[in-house]
Amino acid sequence: MQAAENIKTCFPLFRDDDYKGMIAKKRELFEEISPKDKIDEVFNWTTTQEYQDLNFKREALTINPAKQCQPLGSALCSLGFHKTLVYIHGSQGCIAYFRTYFNRHFKEPIAIIADSMTEDAAVFGGQKNIHEGLANAKALYGAEMIAMSTTCIAEVIGDDLNAFIGNARKEGHVPEDFPIPFAHTPSFVGSHVTGWDNMEEGILRYFTLNTMEGKVVGSNGKINIVPGFETYLGNYRVIKRYMKEMGVDYTMLSDPEEVLDTPADGEFRMYAGGTTQDEVKDAPNAHNTFLIQPLGLAKTSKFVESTWNHEVPKLNIPMGVEWTDEFLMKVSEVSGKPIPASLQLERGRLVDMMTDSHAWLHGKKMAVYGDPDFTMGMVKLMMEFGIEPTHVVCNNGSKKWAKAMTALLASSPYGANGKPYPGADLWHLRSLCFTDKPDFLIGNSYGKYIQRDTFHKGAEFEVPLIRIGFPIFDRHHLHRQTTLGYEGAMQVLTTLTNAVLELLDDKTRGMGTTDYNHDLVR
Amino acid sequence: MAKLRQCAIYGKGGIGKSTTTQNLVAALAESGKKVMIVGCDPKADSTRLILHSKAQTSVMQLAAEAGSVEDLELEDVMNIGFGGIKCVESGGPEPGVGCAGRGVITAINFLEEEGAYDEALDFVFYDVLGDVVCGGFAMPIRENKAQEIYIVCSGEMMAMYAANNIAKGIVKYANSGGVRLAGLICNSRNTDREDELIMALAARLGTTMIHFVPRHNAVQHAEIRRMTVIEYDPTHSQADEYRALANKIVNNTKFVIPTPIEMEQLEELLMEFGIMEVEDTSIIGKTAAELAAEAVAA
Repeated sequence: MQAAENIKTCFPLFRDDDYKGMIAKKRELFEEISPKDKIDEVFNWTTTQEYQDLNFKREALTINPAKQCQPLGSALCSLGFHKTLVYIHGSQGCIAYFRTYFNRHFKEPIAIIADSMTEDAAVFGGQKNIHEGLANAKALYGAEMIAMSTTCIAEVIGDDLNAFIGNARKEGHVPEDFPIPFAHTPSFVGSHVTGWDNMEEGILRYFTLNTMEGKVVGSNGKINIVPGFETYLGNYRVIKRYMKEMGVDYTMLSDPEEVLDTPADGEFRMYAGGTTQDEVKDAPNAHNTFLIQPLGLAKTSKFVESTWNHEVPKLNIPMGVEWTDEFLMKVSEVSGKPIPASLQLERGRLVDMMTDSHAWLHGKKMAVYGDPDFTMGMVKLMMEFGIEPTHVVCNNGSKKWAKAMTALLASSPYGANGKPYPGADLWHLRSLCFTDKPDFLIGNSYGKYIQRDTFHKGAEFEVPLIRIGFPIFDRHHLHRQTTLGYEGAMQVLTTLTNAVLELLDDKTRGMGTTDYNHDLVR
Repeated sequence: MAKLRQCAIYGKGGIGKSTTTQNLVAALAESGKKVMIVGCDPKADSTRLILHSKAQTSVMQLAAEAGSVEDLELEDVMNIGFGGIKCVESGGPEPGVGCAGRGVITAINFLEEEGAYDEALDFVFYDVLGDVVCGGFAMPIRENKAQEIYIVCSGEMMAMYAANNIAKGIVKYANSGGVRLAGLICNSRNTDREDELIMALAARLGTTMIHFVPRHNAVQHAEIRRMTVIEYDPTHSQADEYRALANKIVNNTKFVIPTPIEMEQLEELLMEFGIMEVEDTSIIGKTAAELAAEAVAA
């Protein structure tokens, strides 16, 4: 029993005999649970090749997709602009989900407002909600811009944001000149990556489309950087540091680094940092625009190329040595600034670290899942480290992604056993982890269920999860780390190597059995 | 090259929108214009006369088979028919399920993303289902899409009622954007003084009757062969009617924000032309017994 002088949390409390009895009774009396041997039989069947074959024939169901929906992406994008209120046209429940998703990952308050569409809005259209919502939001929250996107309900009934916002201005709900960029972000199309791209394009379009006269490519001497759906705060910081060390003036086009990492000093900051409107307006004058996650930024890329006349460099996500080299060399070429000694030193340190750890990582098999550009970067990193990527799952990966991944895997002997799975989900990956066991799994928190299930089959089947990705709900502060650039490669290398060593320690601590290899020096 | 003109054709169900659109488009193609038709109707019958097919496989049908619209390529959904006319059908669910309006939105977004609106095109025609019943069917007249709307109607009450309703819908979008009513196309039903009636309605709506398409069996003869009159019998007088309509549309510059009328005004107009009888308001809500008693009293 719980006692006031010794409060236990749910674990281990529910392992006490009284709770165990209660739970057993509940199962017996109310849950109509199958006998244990039947459950074991079905569980074991789900670990077989036969089950995997059936699993991959699945058509009408997705289990644990490892992607989120468009408005989550549009929200992250909007959060990166100065004093910008994220406004989502839809029902309360959707928006609560976006807030809590970011709360749990970043451990920060997240300000997103909804215009609370209900049954009548679904029937009569959401124009009234937008009119009242804009008037209230403008009056209450001190924003200098409202970035609007949509959820499924508004998209199914065909609400036209352009017309509704225009009418709101005409009828005086918001001033004519108050900036309200917008994007249609139906949750049932694409993923959070698409939503980020759509919102970015909407914001760039709003501030530049009709003011291109007099804009001259290269006239402000800067470069633009479009991060895409990026949740590692260290990644914003490392890019900024590189630009600073190179002496390159830049504009980060969506920069939520500060608002997602506010200090506890007694002051609540609803807005902090972010790209300013003036910076966006001036962005067409830059030398060029760099897309950090090119596979996820098709719409932005098209806009920047056709409207701003920038020749967007065809680069990969700057993860690992080679792709970071290519990124920095291109920045150097475009800006005319040489790569400084400090970055050459950092690169040299990374290569030194890679050689130090190589013996431990060589030939280790790792599966990875996540967004299109993230999985590309991770596979590139792994192969540079000497790791063999096996199953590469990307639920929001297109045929184009699969083609790019196949080519990447073919570029190194370490990739020989790797295979891309576009559109697959974590239940597919679970099957693969049973039938063709990798040494480790790399991805977001949701992979912990695969680790639990493989462990349930037996310790020798366990596939441990290494948490790199989004969301990470069950470990703290990992979102402050870095995955991009040489610095990011160092951190990922550290994480992967130590995961390998910890597992080895775990397996070699059997007193008198395996501890002949329980070495002090690894 | 002239700027791409995008036109949407609306009108009451069964009025002959699809037939008129396809004959009109065939006439435009014949005169050397590059045209695309986008069918926005779950029935998917907006391109059959151009393609000589029963019904073109629609975007939504293909998307359902492929699993998602993201898996489709432009060449999967676009067919080329008579006169190089590009044909696409949005398609939609079977009657009674799902959301046809969303199908229209999805299909048009897909076409935009895949670059279907290429620079060589002169015209895009959207053939839209009966009434603007929900936001989805207003997709073709959103900003940066169709700017010209033509309403097909004929001299009968429900067709004119629908035309007035569509005009109401246009006003909503016209006030915040560039969409305009470009004219009424009268598809004749051979009713008395039909042309005068539609001209009168057009005047009330602030627009014009851009052309009066007479009724002729040649249209049906061609249709049985899944052809337009332009293709089936180019020398026929009916083909010239569609050419005249096409020519008027090419040269049309009268684009207005319509002034829809109230139900009473519409009824007055119909009574004036003898389509509706003058209503005897004294009998409303009275039972047979009451009326008999009144008759006796009189």
